[in-house]
Order: sequence, then C-alpha cells, then structure tokens
Amino acid sequence: MPQIFHRSANSIARVSIFGAAMFGIGALFLTLAITRSSWATRRDTVIPQPVPFSHSHHVSDIGIDCRYCHTSVESGRYAGIPPTQTCMNCHSQIWKDSPMLEPVRASFKTNTPMQWNRVHDVADFVYFNHSVHVNKGIGCVSCHGRVDRMPLMRRENTLQMEWCLACHRHPERFVRPLDQVFNMEYDAPHDGGVLAKKLVEERHVQSLTNCSTCHR
Amino acid sequence: MHDSDGREPEHDTHGHDAGVRGSQEPALAATRAPLMERELWRSLEDRGRTPAARVRVQAEILAPLAEPTSRRSFLQLMGASMALAGLGACARQPIEKIVPYVKQPEDLVPGRPLFFATALTIAGVASPVLVESHEGRPTKIEGNPEHPASLGATDRFAQADIMRLYDPDRSTVVMHLDDISTWANCTEALRVALGEQLAKRGAGLRILTPSVTSPALAAQIGAVLAQYPDAKWVQYDPDGRDAVREASRRAFGAPMSVRYDLSNADVVVTLDSDLLTSGPGNVRYARDFMRRRRIHEGESATMNRLYAVESMPTSTGSVADHRVGLAPSEIALFTAALAAELGVAGATRPSAALPDKAARWVVAVAKELAAHRGRSLVVAGDCLPVEVQVLAFAINAALGNVGPTFVVTDPIEVRPTAQHEELAALASDMQSGRVETLLVLESNPVYDAPVDLAFGDAMRRVPNCFHLGLYRDETAELCQWHVPAVHELESWGDARAYDGTLSLQQPLVEPLYDGHSSLDVLMLVAGQTGTVLDLIRSQWQVLYGGAGFEKLWRRTLHDGFASGSQFVPRGVELRADAVRDAATRLAGTSASGNEVVLRFDPNVHDGRFANNGWLQEVPKPWTKLVWDNAAIVSAAMAHELGVETGDMVELQTDGGKVEAGVWVLPGHAERCVTAHLGYGRRRGGNVAAGAGFDAYALSTTRSRWGGPVQVRKVAGHRTLVTTQEHHDMMRRNLVRRATLEEFTANPHFAHEEGPAPARDESMFKTFEYKGNAWGVAIDLGSCTGCNACVVACNSENNIAVVGRDQVRRNREMHWIRIDRYFEGDLNDPQIHHQPVMCMQCENAPCEQVCPVAATSHSPEGLNDMVYNRCVGTRYCSNNCPYKVRRFNFYGYQDVKTPVLQLMRNPDVTIRTRGVMEKCTYCVQRINHARIDAKNENRPIRDGEIVTACQQVCPTEAIVFGDINDPESKVAKMKRETRNYGVLEDLNTRPRTTYVAKLRNPNSELEAKA
Repeated sequence: MPQIFHRSANSIARVSIFGAAMFGIGALFLTLAITRSSWATRRDTVIPQPVPFSHSHHVSDIGIDCRYCHTSVESGRYAGIPPTQTCMNCHSQIWKDSPMLEPVRASFKTNTPMQWNRVHDVADFVYFNHSVHVNKGIGCVSCHGRVDRMPLMRRENTLQMEWCLACHRHPERFVRPLDQVFNMEYDAPHDGGVLAKKLVEERHVQSLTNCSTCHR
Repeated sequence: MHDSDGREPEHDTHGHDAGVRGSQEPALAATRAPLMERELWRSLEDRGRTPAARVRVQAEILAPLAEPTSRRSFLQLMGASMALAGLGACARQPIEKIVPYVKQPEDLVPGRPLFFATALTIAGVASPVLVESHEGRPTKIEGNPEHPASLGATDRFAQADIMRLYDPDRSTVVMHLDDISTWANCTEALRVALGEQLAKRGAGLRILTPSVTSPALAAQIGAVLAQYPDAKWVQYDPDGRDAVREASRRAFGAPMSVRYDLSNADVVVTLDSDLLTSGPGNVRYARDFMRRRRIHEGESATMNRLYAVESMPTSTGSVADHRVGLAPSEIALFTAALAAELGVAGATRPSAALPDKAARWVVAVAKELAAHRGRSLVVAGDCLPVEVQVLAFAINAALGNVGPTFVVTDPIEVRPTAQHEELAALASDMQSGRVETLLVLESNPVYDAPVDLAFGDAMRRVPNCFHLGLYRDETAELCQWHVPAVHELESWGDARAYDGTLSLQQPLVEPLYDGHSSLDVLMLVAGQTGTVLDLIRSQWQVLYGGAGFEKLWRRTLHDGFASGSQFVPRGVELRADAVRDAATRLAGTSASGNEVVLRFDPNVHDGRFANNGWLQEVPKPWTKLVWDNAAIVSAAMAHELGVETGDMVELQTDGGKVEAGVWVLPGHAERCVTAHLGYGRRRGGNVAAGAGFDAYALSTTRSRWGGPVQVRKVAGHRTLVTTQEHHDMMRRNLVRRATLEEFTANPHFAHEEGPAPARDESMFKTFEYKGNAWGVAIDLGSCTGCNACVVACNSENNIAVVGRDQVRRNREMHWIRIDRYFEGDLNDPQIHHQPVMCMQCENAPCEQVCPVAATSHSPEGLNDMVYNRCVGTRYCSNNCPYKVRRFNFYGYQDVKTPVLQLMRNPDVTIRTRGVMEKCTYCVQRINHARIDAKNENRPIRDGEIVTACQQVCPTEAIVFGDINDPESKVAKMKRETRNYGVLEDLNTRPRTTYVAKLRNPNSELEAKA
C-alpha cells in the first residue's frame, strides 16, 4: 500500500504543532500586553475637553487648593467636578472675554451644564470613595500624579485592579500626614517607616483587600 | 418587569405538567396519611408525602419546565457563544461624560443621598415616609422614625410605591377621547363646561374624590362649592370604612374615628380583621403588639394573647395564639354571643347555634376578656356589617377599654360620609341625566364600585367627564378628558395619619410627565391662580397661624408632620338603644348556605397596585400565590365541591358571576369561599394585564364585602403559580417553637438536637474575625409574614421582577423569602413564618466550590458576591443548603426603558444574565457606614447600620449588628437561650440565627382542642 502522506508531512505536522503552541502563548502575552497598554487603559493619553483647562496653571501658577473646586473630596464618594458657577467666580472678572472660555459662559448663561470627558474612569462595578482615602492620609498625587505639572489632564496610572491592590496590600507605603494630603510636593521622610507606622496606628489604616470593599 | 413576561393563556391548555402533582397524588387523599407529632408541612400535597415522593416532586419543580430548544438551535447557540466569547473583552472602555451642575444645590454632596420627609396616602390616610434622594432622584422609601404612625417602619405598599412613580405604564399625556391633546385644550373645555354650570349654581356639577383627610384639599373643595353652591362633592374609596363610620354614628351619635392602643392590651380579639398588616395604622399596631409579646431573659415573662376569628386567614391570624375559621355570618353570631356572654347591656344571645368550637370559644374568650377589663381589646374588621361593629364598640365600652386601648377621636376625614350611599346617589343622578359635568379626581369607580350601580353605564350619560389619574384606567376610558395625575412624590399636599397627625407632603422630584394634582385642578375650577404650595401654606396658616408660623412651617417640612397634631381621645357615650337594636338584628340572623368573602388582596390591595411588579411577585402570606387571585376554600369545602387546587369554579352572586381557579387553603373557614379584590384589571397596565379575575363583579351595594353565593365546578384548569414548594427545606426541623409554659419549664427547648459541631471540625481553615463580625438575629415569634421586608429588599438591591412564567419555573429572584410552614390539623393548622436570606456562613459551602472565586469570604464574615467575576456555573447554588442563591437565567432587568433607570439604587450593581446573586446583608450600607466611621476615625456604632429588611420591619423581628461587640443588640439576642442556627449540624456556622417562636395559648382552649 502506498504511503498516503508525503514525507514532508512530518515536518509540516511538527511545525504546526509547535507553531500552534507558540501562537497560543504569543496570543496570551499579546492579550496581557494589550490590556495593560496605554491604548487600552488610556494612561498618559490626553483626552480632549470642551475647554482646555490647565491644572498646571491653576494649581502651580496661581496656587489654588484642590478643594476649592473638588469640594466633596473629603466628605463624599466623588471628589466633585466644580459647577459652572465655581469657574465664573473668577472668570466673570478675569479672562471674561477669552474665546477659550466661551463654553463656560454659555453654560452659565443658558443654565446648561458643561459636559466634560472623564479622565479617571474606574470600571462601573467598582465603588470607589474619595473621602475615605483622603481622610486616611492618601495624597492626591498617589493616584492622580503631579497634576500641578499637567497643562492638560491625563491619567497617570492604569486604575486597574492590580494597581489598586498594590496600595491596598501595603497602605503604609503611601500614607502621609493629613496636612500633607493636598500637597503636590510632599516628600516622605526617609526614616525607615517610623512615621508611616505611627500614621497607620493613629488613623487605623487597614489593608482591605476583600472583594466587597470595592465590588457589590 | 416589562421584559420577560412570557405570559400564559388565561386557561392553561397544557394541563399535563401543571397537573403532575394533582393527577398522580390526589392531594386530599394523600393528606389522610398520619403525621409525625408536631411535623411541619408546606402544602396540602406535601402533607401526605413520603420522603421518596418529596425528592421526586422537588426534582419536578427544579427541572426547567419544558422550554423547548431543538438540538439544532442549541448547537447553533453554543457555537456562536464559543466564537464570540472572547470578543466581549476586546472593547476599550468608552469615554464617559461628567456633567456637573451649573449651580450646585445647597447641602448636596454628589454620591451622598439626602432624605426628605413626606407622606403617601391610601384612601386619604397618610403613611409617613422618608424618601432617599440621589441627586434629586427618589430611589427608596423608608418609614419616618419620628412619626407616631411609622416609628421608622412602613408596610409593603409604601415600599412598592417607588415603582409606581417610575411605572412606564403611567399616563403621560392629556387625552381627549382617544386622541392626544394638551392641557391648554383641556382647561378650555373645562372652562366652557364650568361656564354653563356657573349659571345654574353648579346644579349639574359633581366632584368625585377619594376620602379626604387633607385640610388643604377640603378647603379648596369648599372654595369650589362656594362658587357652585348646588354642586355636590362625593367621596368614594373602595376601602370599607363605611361600616365603621356608620357604626360610630349609631353608637356614639357622631361619626368618630377609632384607633387602637395595643401597647396597653393584654388580650386582643380580632374579628375578621387583619389589624397588624392592613388598613390605617397597621404599622404602628404591629409594633405595639409585638413589643408586648417579646420575652427577654431576665426580664418579665409575660406575653399578650391574641384570639383571631376570621374567614380568610390573614397575617394577623397567623400570629394569633388561637385562631378559629368562621364564615362572616358566623362571625356576626359569634360577636353577638360574645356580647351576651359578657353581659353587655342590650345584648341578646342569638337563636342560631354556633359551631362547637366557636361556642367553646365564646365562653373562654369572654372569661379572658372579663378578667382583663381595661386591658383588652376587641377589633372588628372594616368589612364586617355595621351591627357587628356596634357590638364590638359596646363590648369594648362594657369592658372599660374605651380610653386605654380603644381610642375614640374626632374623625380624621374632613367630612366623614356614607360613601357608598353618596356614590349610589351620584350614579342615579348620572343615570337620570342630572349630571352634566363630572370631575373624577384620582378614583376609579368604573372598576371598583359595586356592580349594581352600573357606574360605567351611568357615566356614559354625562356629557363632560374629566378624569385625573396616574393611569388611563377603566374610568378614564369612559371620560371625554383624561389628565395625567402627579404621583405623591411629585407634588405638594397634606394628609392626616390614622391618629390624626397632620402630615405634610413635599415633592421629591419635578413631575416626570405633564402631570397635575387634585389641588391643581380644583384651583383651576375655582378660577384661582398661584401655586399649590402657596395654597397649602395659606391653609396651614389658618390652622397654625401666628407669629411663629415660618418657623413652624420649616420645622414641619423637615419633620414631615406637625408635632402634637395627634387627635386627643374623646369621651363618648354609648347609646344603649343602638346596641339593643344591633343585637336584636343579629340575633335574628342565621348562618346557612355558602358565602363569598370579598377582601382586599394582600398584595395589590383594592387594585391600585395591580400594575406593580414587586407586589405582584411577592408570595402572599398564607397561599404563597403570585400574580393571581383565586377562589380560596377549605379542604372540606373543596371535597364537597369535588374540586382540587387549579380546577375552575363559577361563583355567582346577585351581582354577577365569575370563573376562578380554586385554591385549597388549610385553615380557611368552612362554608365560604374567599375571592380577593384588585385583580382582573381591564385597563390596569401591562403588568396587571392577565393577572387574576375581577372579584368586584360579585360585589353589590347590599353585599359589598360578600354574601350568599352559588359555587359550581366548571370545566377548565388554571395554573396558579405558587412558591410554597420552592426552596424546600426537606422537612427538617427548622422552625423551633414552644408555648410559654413549655419554655418556662424547659428554656433550652431550641437546642434539643444537640450542639453544633466544633468550630475546627472542618477540612477548611478557620477564619478569625478580629474587627467587626456581622450577624443577624431574627425573632420568629415577631414575624407576621407581611412581606414588607421582601419588597424593601427588592427596592434596595435592584432585584428584578421575573414574571409569572419564570416564577413557575422556580426562578424568582427574591433575596429574602418568607418560608411558611403549616403544623397540625388540616382544617385548623398553626402557621409559622420564617424569613430566610443568605446565612453568611462562616464555613460557607458556596465559597469552596466557586471555580473563579466570585464568592469569597470577607474578614467581617460576609460571603461576598462579586458579580463582575461570576461566570454562572451555579455550583455555589447547588451547594447551598439554605437555597438562598438566585441565578439570572435571563436578562431579567429592563435596562432599556429610560424611566426605570431612574428607579435603581446607584449603590448596587445591576446584575446581568448568567450571574448568580444573593443577599450580602446590604453590604452597600455596611460600606457607607464604615467609610463614615473611618472618616471620623471611630468605630462603627451599634445601630448605625440597618439592613433594608430590618429598617422596614414593623415588628422589629430582624436585628443586624456586630456579634463581636458584646453590648450590641444582635449579640444580646444571640445570647438568649432560644437562639439557634438552622442546619447547624452541617457545621456551616450561619451568621443568621433565629430566636425560637413562643406562643401563649389559653390552657382552657388548648386542652379541649
């Protein structure tokens, strides 16, 4: 009986078996790489806004405190995006004719809210709360980065679960005194964790990593 | 609710699967099997079943009933699923918008709800509530803790009202005949119609409203009547308070209001009254009643005692120490005999004989009452005839109860009237053409008026009918003009609670549609301009005017009621001739022949909640029926008629006839058949459509709440969907119970099955709980099975309504269920309620089998459920001995209808298809409280976290808290000797435990029974 397969079929079979395995592994790595890429997470991507608001200017040039605009950051789940009125507190006096600010004036005049594009967007099944982080001594910078150096707002961290857990597992590495939370330039003392330990004890900082801390 | 209703035909054509249990095991025959002593059973069929049969039936119930899928389409679907499985994850999260305010309201912190005090009304009587508002969007209703009518709890209806606000079937536009019109056109038509009436002093004008307790509304109607002196104002509600008002008129000479103070009552006798779960004041009554009943170790060991005499078993009857089922005519005789036995002046012993048991009761109950003068109470249900009401008044008066327990006050209605007489007069006026313009304000008489008035026909003769209502209902259909009404959460108003406390209603949200309120319309009729708010304020100024008004107004707006406005008790003189007259009339009656008992449905009430999916799907207290009403009969009567559950009967009264499915209910009175009102809506909305039959068709002016009936078996079958055999606990002894006497003799009766296995007798690692450890204790003796917790849980946790067909397949989604068990005699069983939610086991069987760790243990002892992680293997559910996990077989949530999106609690994830869900002790509330406490750097206080079921419970049966804190309420409850865990022998170490039920029977009756 003649051979059904040509001799080269052996090589083809070998190549395709190994090829398939390599393809599978490659696809896995590719998937993991894509999900962590800045394309998927939008990390370091500037998202266009109706008004090109500069945190860098308002924070470092003028020195406005975070809480002037983000009023509910210490009391609520959301830090709070300022109502148009907050913008108009100043901009009815200064830059009041700037064409860049036209959407703000229009919003105020027509009583129509501004529609900003969300930069820091955790998944919808995550119930994040600003107030508890701020009140336990986690600085704004820890998650949002040096916004005082961002002319246009971007996300500095992935906001993925592994990133959240990095801190939730070791909160002592990130806590700071309560009066330093809004300080963009805080430098933790290099004291071998003495201050961190004290802060953790004083503020009863816990490492909460169970599911219902964030998901429900 | 509006998504998944694969509705069934009216009569089930494929009776084979529904009749499985019926045909193979004739229920009544099976029930002759002897029972173990004190064995519990869940249904008639269950009563006689052998263990093997039980397993088989469970398999039948659990098997997804014939949802035909061909092999071909199965393969197609599976192939497509495989191919597309990964694609879902490929999407990048879209960029979302943030929309801040232009000017942010004061006090509002985004993401933190605000609570506003207001009130909801049924038949004019206010239920005080606090409404949770998320950025101006009401999402949840709670009781008002400061209001005497609520004390923080509500009934099931108030809980479900949020769904009525967002009901997509609500009327949204002004209609003229069958065309969409505008408010401007309608006001013009009204102006013309009124112009004609002005010349005639309003002789052809009639205004129909529900009962009015609102001073503002009454004053406004007064203003209209001042302009149209010959016009008439008719009040009508199907709620049967007419007999009480009339009885008061006869007995006291004036239509007074009666309320009860159960905190002073040692012995309570209810006559066909669901005192604790229906009607005005039920929430407060339930609380006061149960507070006199709970026994705490180390404190006084006394309980009050409740005797319930009733035809259709009620929730109140289910917690009674003694219950007897009597037909309504027998209840009348019973009352007469009781009055005579007590020696009430003017009472006559009826000539007709009572059944043996009832006769024994008369003697025993009279003895008890006489021994508790001034500390007892006899309550006659609203649906009983005037004569019985008068005798009940007389008995209370003779016992010296008037004052301490039986409180008579000024009427809470502004103008108490004989509503059915007024309505009949209106109907005859309309019939004879004397009515030219009719304003129907938020009533639906075409549906719920007695049939012999032929109200619909009469209305057709009225040239100008204007209807204001939430729905374009049966009455609206016959009116030339229909105007959508605003919901009570969208409008200003005021109303009195059952005790007269004047409560203020404030809008929580702008009207969703182009709605108007009764006050709005009446201002238009009176030709006034201005706002409803100004009108109410000016009315309140009349009541509470003076220098401090502004302060009082603000205080009232905050509190929801004017403090101290409760009506004071009035001294009354009982008219002896009225008693004599009533007794004589009753003495002459006899009880014979079959009677129909027409009562408001425990779920949809008089029909106003028929379009409410939450209420439709909640299993009713005794029958566990959903989405339906039935002709409810006792086992003996079913035997006599030759019918079983699901068979069809025809009921015929002098009013008409209906066909209804039979439900055989142990404990139902003999010689009578109960039909619940509120079903069979012709124009009730999409949810109400097809649910049940219209029992109002049997109701006439003469026999409004029932009377003689002919019952006849007819062909056909109706699949009545019940949950009574779902989640079977396989007859294990889960409800532990004793009488007070047994408890005193043996305080450890709840632990006779021995202690639970040791904590470390497990192959899994033992968790340590260092911080808070959450737990729940449920007092079984306090549970009335009223279902308020189930509806509250639905609302708090965004639980989907699945529809009749899915419930039939055992797929209801309720996270908390109330298991109902019968015990003892087939015709006179005891009944036990057991609320069951996730037990949050410390050794949880569910956690160990989840392949993706979607359910896992929290350091505080919760079995966390992570919906976004769940892949739907259902292993956890299969491994749960308590059967508390619920699976989304379909996408049950309607995520497309925009108005329903407003209704949802933003703190709880909407679960999608293929996801398991369950109770997590309201973990969103735990997290909120924890974050608040952490922000203030302090521990969580006991009582700071209340679960939704706990908060709503009128009887405080459910207690949640930290079991690691020895001073917490829940820890104290768990230390009681009666505290036990269910299925503890499995070493699941449940965090939810039960406090065994106690009963306080009268030894005299118990011995003879």
